Amino acid sequence: MPAVLALIAGFGVALVALPLIGLIIRTPWSRAGDILASGSARTALRLSLIVATASALVGLLVAFPLAWALARSQFRGKALVRALVVLPLVMPPVVGGVALLSAFGRRGLVGGPLYDVFGLQITFTVWAAVLASTFVSFPLLVLALEVGLRSLDVRLEDAASTMGAARWYVLRRVTLPLLAPQIAAGLVLAWARALGEFGATITFAGNLPGRTQTLPLAVFEQLQTDPGGAIALSLLLVTVSLVVIVTLRGRFLQTR
Amino acid sequence: MSLHVDVEVEVDRFRLEAEFLAEPGETVGLLGPNGAGKSTLVSVLAGLTQPAEGRVELDGSVLDDRAAHVHMNPEERSVGIVFQDLLLFPHLTAQDNVAFPLRARGVPAHEATDRARVLLGRLGVGERAHARPAELSGGEAQRVALARALVAEPRLLLLDEPLSALDVRARGRIKSLVRDTLRTFPGVRLLVTHDPVEAAMLSDRLVLLEEGRVTQTGTPDEIRRAPRTSFAADLVGVNFFAGRLERADEGTARLVTSAGEIVVAWPSDLPERSEDAIGVLRPIDISLHLQPPEGSARNVFRGRVVGIEIAGDRARVQVDSSPLLVAEITLGSISRLGLVEGTDVWASFKAVEVDLLPP
Repeated sequence: MPAVLALIAGFGVALVALPLIGLIIRTPWSRAGDILASGSARTALRLSLIVATASALVGLLVAFPLAWALARSQFRGKALVRALVVLPLVMPPVVGGVALLSAFGRRGLVGGPLYDVFGLQITFTVWAAVLASTFVSFPLLVLALEVGLRSLDVRLEDAASTMGAARWYVLRRVTLPLLAPQIAAGLVLAWARALGEFGATITFAGNLPGRTQTLPLAVFEQLQTDPGGAIALSLLLVTVSLVVIVTLRGRFLQTR
Repeated sequence: MSLHVDVEVEVDRFRLEAEFLAEPGETVGLLGPNGAGKSTLVSVLAGLTQPAEGRVELDGSVLDDRAAHVHMNPEERSVGIVFQDLLLFPHLTAQDNVAFPLRARGVPAHEATDRARVLLGRLGVGERAHARPAELSGGEAQRVALARALVAEPRLLLLDEPLSALDVRARGRIKSLVRDTLRTFPGVRLLVTHDPVEAAMLSDRLVLLEEGRVTQTGTPDEIRRAPRTSFAADLVGVNFFAGRLERADEGTARLVTSAGEIVVAWPSDLPERSEDAIGVLRPIDISLHLQPPEGSARNVFRGRVVGIEIAGDRARVQVDSSPLLVAEITLGSISRLGLVEGTDVWASFKAVEVDLLPP
């Protein structure tokens, strides 16, 4: 490897490693236990785990039929649908939050009638946090499942049907089990993305402790008043991400 | 119980027209070169492809009838298929693969498992019941696939190239198993293959399929006597030897026929001696020489050329040795050797070239 390339690669590693090292060094270890055990931190962590898990599961329900349509059927406007589905991955999360407000906010396209007729309000509830996280994370599931469905040998499903298996039975006993690795990988990726969601959540769901204040939002708020506490919470989030990567590496991603 | 097929099928730009009848108690071999439409026909019988025209009737029930707009879905048909690539479910154990057709039809789990295990045992892979397909050898996987096709006691058993995925050693053993399975199967038996030798060995009647058309039907003997196409002619030249198999020296055996004996490779899992063995030799595996040949060929026969039949750039040469042999060589070799009717030649072939079907 040429020395110049090695040097630049080294910079790359440092770019990621230095902030992490900074986090570890700057963590106020003496009171880290207290910070993490504090009521507000525990509430935020619990809410984060619930919201991320709910988003991943809701995302899976929505993503599976979408991935099926994209991978296995031909229809007009398919390219458009695919572009639309991937859009949340590349659009700024804050913009996503604004867009969600304009659809599901109290004066929104859907949210307005919902409020006027049923008195239902989505914004500033835990549902809004779930919706925001799902919005940004489910494209990952669609992509993972679409790849999985495309690489699945359709002949296995056909063979199953010649053995007397009706469509639902084929889906349950052949298609889904064969897709398990992609489903798991998609769930983990979507869950991790949802766990770190900030922009769309704070815009659409607000920052209400105990209701919509997830861990990233708590970190942001704490940074204004207690930077040490924010750093301790950040380290917690990094740890969770690390666990995800290790899980992925071992089970779903090819490593050599 | 019989199968009557009379369909026209269009897939992409390929057009298939096939009409044939399969009676119970006979194995019908669908024989054709690659691209003849065999897979399309399998797909139609399975119910995965709808014919554009015509009817398929199995055992009195209509599977397809375009005129009456009848199409029975795959899962409603009583068809057991061994697929060309087996298509065992990779996530299920051998036992669960075999139990699948029963479970799919609502048989309780314990009963399905029991029946699967019994059948696996009968086919000689009982101890592999808990292995996944990836852990099975080619021959074992073939047996599991056969068990899966048989377990629900279908009315039609369809074997699609059942030997093509196997290496030469496993092939011999599976061949007898396939033949026995076909023989004892009570319903309609169909064998799909591109290999004339395999077809002639395992079928009672052949349906020749070429370029989407049935070109000839009949028993292997009938077709051998009067082939209508060049593909059918491939059946003609195949050298058949029937007789008693006796163990000879290391790794070989003698196949003693009424017209002389030949040396064949010894399949080690056979008894010392067996009657009614069949050996098959492709004409292309026989070499002709003007002098006694040197080399490793164990079978060398002297005879006189009694017939030369030219097809394209190849010729089939009949030699009146004992046993009678038909060799296929190029026109170049004919002129190089100066072969005409009446020339004295030596014909040679290796022991391992003889495909053996033990009784």
